[in-house]
Parts: sequence; structure tokens; C-alpha cells
Amino acid sequence: MTSRRAFLATLLAAGAAPRLGWADVGQPAYLAAAREPDGGFALFGLDEAGADMFRVPLPARGHAGAAHPTRAEAVAFARRPGRFALVVDCASGTVRHNLTPPEGLNFNGHGAFSPDGAVLFTSEQMADTSAGRIGMWDVRGGYRRIGAVDSGGIGPHDLRLMPDGLKLVIANGGIATDPATRDKLNLTTMRPNLTYLTLEGALAEQLDPLAGLHQNSIRHLALGADGTVGVAMQWQGEDGAAPPLIALHRPGRAALEPAEAPLEDELTMKGYAGSIAISGAGSEVAITSPKGGRIHRFAVEDGAFLGHVARADVCGLAPARTGFVASDGHGGLIALEGDRTRPLARQDRNWDNHLVALRG
Amino acid sequence: MSSPVPSVPRLIMAPLLALAFTAPANADVAEVVDSHILPALTDFADATEQLDSAAQADCTAKALRPAYHTAFDAWGPLADLRLGPSENGALSVVFWPDARGFTPKALRQILGSDDAGMLTPEAFSDASIAARGLMALDMMLYDPAFADYGPQDRACALVQAISADLARQAVALETGWDAFAPKLRAPGGDGNAQFQDASEALRAIYTQITASLEFTADTRLGGPLGTFDRPRPRRAEAWRSQRSLPNVLNVARAAHAMAQALADHPLPETDEALEAVERAGAAIADPSFQNITDLQARLKVEVLQQAVRALKLSITTEVGAELGISAGFNAQDGD
Repeated sequence: MTSRRAFLATLLAAGAAPRLGWADVGQPAYLAAAREPDGGFALFGLDEAGADMFRVPLPARGHAGAAHPTRAEAVAFARRPGRFALVVDCASGTVRHNLTPPEGLNFNGHGAFSPDGAVLFTSEQMADTSAGRIGMWDVRGGYRRIGAVDSGGIGPHDLRLMPDGLKLVIANGGIATDPATRDKLNLTTMRPNLTYLTLEGALAEQLDPLAGLHQNSIRHLALGADGTVGVAMQWQGEDGAAPPLIALHRPGRAALEPAEAPLEDELTMKGYAGSIAISGAGSEVAITSPKGGRIHRFAVEDGAFLGHVARADVCGLAPARTGFVASDGHGGLIALEGDRTRPLARQDRNWDNHLVALRG
Repeated sequence: MSSPVPSVPRLIMAPLLALAFTAPANADVAEVVDSHILPALTDFADATEQLDSAAQADCTAKALRPAYHTAFDAWGPLADLRLGPSENGALSVVFWPDARGFTPKALRQILGSDDAGMLTPEAFSDASIAARGLMALDMMLYDPAFADYGPQDRACALVQAISADLARQAVALETGWDAFAPKLRAPGGDGNAQFQDASEALRAIYTQITASLEFTADTRLGGPLGTFDRPRPRRAEAWRSQRSLPNVLNVARAAHAMAQALADHPLPETDEALEAVERAGAAIADPSFQNITDLQARLKVEVLQQAVRALKLSITTEVGAELGISAGFNAQDGD
């Protein structure tokens, strides 16, 4: 074992020191960032019904957040290619730490904690080559940088801790970008993958993109309690191709399996899925398309298309107690329960890309 | 102790127009629904019923063309609606653009089969959307590879099936909109997660107008224009039946009419912009845009494209800004 790995193992074993927990801030169900009417940005804690529980101002537009498993602490990531991530104390509303990736690396908008909250993992890429890295930060040591490992691909985006707490799953989007302009450099040759790493950073498993769809960038992930991984994709090929935008990796299977909607529905999604979630009950998986203004629902069991919900600029999506909650750029929150939809709230703000569920 | 907040450059963004919580009276949205959308659905249902009757009487290409044009004209005011029943329903009426050639493939597949059951109304409504609707007729009635069929050929039965299916689709859209319209007219309420209040219904209608004009400029006109070095005339909409220009003009007129219905004030700039679109259209000699490899002809289509963009800008200024409607936050973003 390398000394870094040994050190990491010690950290993972030691656990995190107690601080104010989520119960102390009222046990919020969701975290979401938004732009406010004055043009500023903030991170909000929301209850199950979509009502505000706390608000922490942010200095710039964020992308996604990661919630510490016990402390009332969240990390808000900059949009990629990001040079900052903020550790926010949700009890006091202050920014505790400002994380900056080492020179030559950028944050890619997502992160996840180890099960005990001792280590924060961040999705990063080399600025010059877009080679993926997973950054590791010692939480107890004040979010000190420990090191980084290969993410197993180009341009990683979302990453999650698997429900068994033993592995990370990473969406390596496959797209190499110009560090200055975000221009995509390799669309004809790109090859995304889904990679599993141990918490020590060793490669555990890697899955290829769907056959014939190497231009379908794997970007966002959702987890089922049984270890099913939902994969949301963004099409980088020719317009009008209407590829599947969702695939499932079921435990024990060797390949991703697509879930497809009828052609007219796929076309309406405009080749773009913004977020993915598996329902609270575990039976449905859904994706949002802000470009198409709609949500598509599928059965986890067999990938069958269950229907769509129309909602302008919808993007954030998270599991609710049994169904889903979705947020949109016009300040709305709606609940989905099977075929039924219900408005929850409408606030004078623009909800950003993602809605992060806190595990009760 | 909080760490110092980094000095991150603020995104420079277009002035954020306040969300229209104090939305204008919802009568405006109702006006669009009741004076524009619903009457157009009735017209389209009438036109496709006539198309169906004409096809049953004489299916040959030459005989059916006038009824086809009448139906396509009646589709103009509805063509770019992507709301409610039209969100999915519009694509099986006009399956376009079809860069991958789904329509000829699907038609050949049906013509190559001898399964009569495939062409019954029930079975045909489950056919690939690429084989259904007005673009399938555009090919069957005008493409030399398809149009030369007689009354005894399978192609005749296919054309009759497409026509009957269009009439059924029109009725389904009309029925669907009757059920959907109350959600727009009276937004809010516990069952209406699509439109939580009047401002959301207003924005939904407004977005239909601007998206339509963008689609016309970028795809109906931008598609065939291609690049200066590589024009793509075959990317014109319904070029076989020479409907590319009429379709552009019809949808531009519809956008203007919807904008006028939505706004409760005069729109002088928008009126003028539509006149400019009409003038630019009148200057174009080939309504199928197939002559745009010629420089002069290309310039005229570019002028029309600019006029369509100017119409959108006028509507943005005179209607959007006036009503306080902001663009989507996530839709234009990415990631």
C-alpha cells in the first residue's frame, strides 16, 4: 500500500468529529442553489414540501452540491471548469472553507463524501488534457488536500458514493474541452465510460458506452438502494438522432442497458438530459430536459417508458419519499407520484441545475 | 470562523427581468387559445376531413395535390405549437427535419410489404411517425420515385391510409386541446403542476411564438442556406411540393397573430416586421429554395431569414419585455 493509501485508510477508519448535525438545522430534505431576483446566488435548504429552511449566500453561480453525511455542512461547487468549491456551514450560514484545486486541475461541478464524512471526493480534470482526476480532501483536517487519483476517463462529471459505502461511481463524460473557452475538442473520437473506484482510488470496474453511441456523453448519475446506477446522457452527435438518454447499470450486469422512449418523445428531449433520479420507492427512474421542458419516467425493472411530464425549464430532480421532486429555472417545485403531478411551491428565484437529496 | 469569500468574477448576464408574478390579466392567454389555437384546430380538422374524402375518391397523386396543399396551409397556424397535446402530436403531423431519411425508409418498408392489415386506421396509427402525416404525403405525391402509382397499387392504399390517419390525428388534437385549454385559461390549482400561475401560462404561450420564429430562421431557412460554400437546398421543408416558402410565411403570420392576441396593446414595430417578411417572401422566385446555389437567389433567402429574425426581435421588444418575460435559466445553459 502506498503511503497515501495508508494515510487515507487511517482517515476513513477514524471518522469525523461531531459538529452541528442536520437535525440542528431542522433536517432539510433537499439542497438547491438558485439565482435570486437581485442577480445574486444562494444555497437553500428545503423541507419535503419544498419550503425554505435556510439560505446561505453564494458568491457566484454554483452547479451541484454535496451534503456531508452528518455535519450540517454542504459543499457548493462552481460550474466547470471551476476553480472553487465552498464548504458552507448550513447552521450559521457562513462559508467555512474555500477549496481550490491544485494548479493545472479544475473542478467539474460534482463531489461526494465517504460514508463517515471523513473524506470529500471531487470530480476534476487536468486543464490541459481534460484527463479525469478524483480529488481527495481530509475533512477533519479542515478540508486539506490529500491527493488525487485517475478517474478512469476524460472529463468526469457526476460522481456518487455507492449505497454499500465501498465504492465511488464516476461519470466520465468523454469530452475534452479547451480550458479557456469550454469548446469541445474531440466529439468525433470521444468515448465516455462509467467507472467504479474503491475509496482508496483503485479501479474496480469500468463499463463502455452503449453500443454505437460513443457520442452520448455520460454525465449524471442516480443510485437505487440495491446498487442500481441510473446514467443520464447528453447527445453530442448529429441533430435529430434521438438516441436513448438514459441507461441503467444493474448490479452484476456487465453492460449498460438503455431505456428508450418512443421516437416523438425522444425528439422532444432535444438530445439532452440535465438530471436523473431514482424514485424514493425505487421502482422508477426519471430524467429532466430543460431544453425540452419535460421529464421522462421509466420503470427500473425493465426500462419501459412510463410517460412524460411537461414543465418549462425543468432541470433539478431528486427522489421524494416514494416519487420525485423536480425544480425549474422559473422558481417552481413540483412533486411526481406515478402518473400524478402536484405543484409544491413557486419562489421568486431561478433554481439551478441540480436538486440534492439529503438522506434522512 | 468563515473563510474569506473568493473574488469570483460575476457572470455578466442580460438584465434579469422580473418574473411576472403580477402577471397581466389572463385574458390574453385565453385570447390566444380561443381566437387562434382552437379555431385553427377546427380548420385543420375540416381540411384533413376533405383530404381524407378526396383520397378515398381518387388517390392518385395529381388528383390529391390540391387537398394536400389546403391541409398543409391549415396546419400553418398550428405548425410550431409544442404545448399540451401538440407537444407530441405535432411530430406525427409533420415529421421534419428528417436528416436521417426516416420517411423514405419507412414508406419503402410499408410499400414492400403485402400486409393489408398494416394500412387499417387502427394499425396505421401505430406506424412509425416518419411514415405518417404531411411529409409522408409530400413524398408520396411529389417524389418521382413514389408518385407514379395507379388506383390499384399498394401506394394508393398507403396514401389513403395516411390521409385517413391525418383526419383522425386532427380530431384527436382538437379533442385533446379542448381538455387542455382550461389549464392555460385558468392556471393554478392543485392538479396543475404545468402552470402554477398566470405568469407561467403566459410564458408558455410566449415561448411558442419566439421558438417558432427561431426554428424558421435557423432550420426552415438556415438548413437549406447551409454555408456560403455549401448550400443544402434539399434541407428545405417540403421542397418536393414547393411548400418551403409558403410554410415560412404561414408560420410567421401565425407568430404575428399570436403575439397580437397575447398583447393588449398595439404592436406597430411587429406589424412592420411582418410586412418586411411578406416583402422578402414576394421577392423569392423559387418557393422550394432549390435555386439557392445561385448567388442572387441565395441573397433573397438570406434577406427573408433576416426579416424573420427581425420579427422575433420586435416581438421580444414589444411583447416580451412589456410583459416582463425572462428566458429560461437552465435551458440555455448546459451540463
